[in-house]
Amino acid sequence: MTDAYVVGVDMIKFGRFPEKTVPQLGAEAALLALDDCGLKIQDMQALYCGNLGQASGMVGQRLLQEIGQTGIPVVNVSNACATGATAFREAWTSVKAELYDLVLAVGVEQMGRGLLGGGGGGRGISKEGLLGSGTMPSVFAEAGMEHSRNHGTTFEQFAKVSVKNHHHSTMNAKAMYQIETPLDVVMNAEMISYPNTKLMCSVNVDGSAAAVIASEKKARELGLMDRAVKVRASVLTSDPWQERDLVMPDVNTCTRKAAAAAYDMAGLGPDDIDLIELHDCFATAEILHYENLGLCKDGDAGRLIDDGDVELGGRIPVNVSGGLLSKGHPLGATGIANIYEVSTHLRGEAGKRQVDGARIGLTHVIGLGSACGIHILEKAA
Amino acid sequence: MSDKPLPAVPYLKIPDDGEPFIEGHRCSSCGATFLGVRDNCSKCGARDGMKPVRLSNQGELYSYCIVHRSFPGIEVPYVSAIVDLDGGGTVKGNLINVEPDPSKIDFGMPVEVVYDDALGRKDSDGNSYLSYFFQPRT
Repeated sequence: MTDAYVVGVDMIKFGRFPEKTVPQLGAEAALLALDDCGLKIQDMQALYCGNLGQASGMVGQRLLQEIGQTGIPVVNVSNACATGATAFREAWTSVKAELYDLVLAVGVEQMGRGLLGGGGGGRGISKEGLLGSGTMPSVFAEAGMEHSRNHGTTFEQFAKVSVKNHHHSTMNAKAMYQIETPLDVVMNAEMISYPNTKLMCSVNVDGSAAAVIASEKKARELGLMDRAVKVRASVLTSDPWQERDLVMPDVNTCTRKAAAAAYDMAGLGPDDIDLIELHDCFATAEILHYENLGLCKDGDAGRLIDDGDVELGGRIPVNVSGGLLSKGHPLGATGIANIYEVSTHLRGEAGKRQVDGARIGLTHVIGLGSACGIHILEKAA
Repeated sequence: MSDKPLPAVPYLKIPDDGEPFIEGHRCSSCGATFLGVRDNCSKCGARDGMKPVRLSNQGELYSYCIVHRSFPGIEVPYVSAIVDLDGGGTVKGNLINVEPDPSKIDFGMPVEVVYDDALGRKDSDGNSYLSYFFQPRT
């Protein structure tokens, strides 16, 4: 089987672009990724397009209407917040299977503002605030409180995640925000669902990201190996049965299962990873994933944030892009945006936030319901 | 319009002659408990082995959060609680009769299920609903 390489990758600056359409936003990232490797849409053999908000709207085809209708196969992908990673993985799969040797993956989203989730559904009366809360800040607050129950993790430790990621984003011009948020500001921000304050919730933004994936032969033929990034592992899991998962979505087991499979596929362990972009949809979630991804023993995640191990310059920097908390979380784009971030470090092109000597990086997303996507990337030799 | 309150969720059962209760289904092969109706078991994959079971009105608080921001018309703050019922089944609901303050709420605290009007909420036909709540057990 051939190896697959990211040869072109980019994202637009995340923000709010109500005047643009979803296909227009996706087209911007697609062109940026093509320009990154000096290729054209005519060179692409297939398009895998991730989007949630218009999942039935043929976004991929409409994107090609913006940049070139070449008649290639288009697969539109929807998998909650793992949508972008799933589109990337489908593209990767097609290259690994040697169906194609040059394909494009795009993730794009246009978001409204305010609380996600909690809409309920079904007949009768609204259940929100009657049978607890189904909003995303609440669901992830409850997941964080489970960690507090098991390991004594504190509100302050959760809040420190936000301080760190907001700090990282001050070095990322493509992040939605570049604002320092000291601990007292994070902890005293409007409480949304304890223990998540407003500054501990990811930002709803519009955004897009894209990647061009090539087979090894094609990447060499095109002279693109210099900046190429090898996909060492691509894993997707769904949530195995857990006793509480009907009322408490379990983001831990599917992540642990995906991490084990990804480390196995890459022949690597957590100690080999130089940087991580993980799914900090809420500050509480990031803490859980330190342990789920094997960065520390169970129960040590609070210490990891206290000791600065996960900051830029620390033992294993996490979310140096600013993460979903400050870079922003355009649901369908996030999975490819974090592949852009890790690739940029592996290429040594991350500027002020560059993780020194980064050789191997890991990306992780969770789509609630649930899906977990993990990719391990390595600078091509 | 119904002359009696309707159940807020299908797994809340209101017998004509008896107390309301929360119904689950239990797999006769592996023992997994599910809220509401299931035809097959998603833990072990067994078919045709799901049996209805009346879940306990006693349990303990597993996890929670305190909701301070919600949608218009929903009174905050309130405690959104995940409760493990004795004998199996995990249910989510509002924890009432406790201060919405983390220092007043203990993981593992014993709670009981109580049944009451669904906070005055009515559907578009004007029907009233019965719901369930958790409160600390004394």
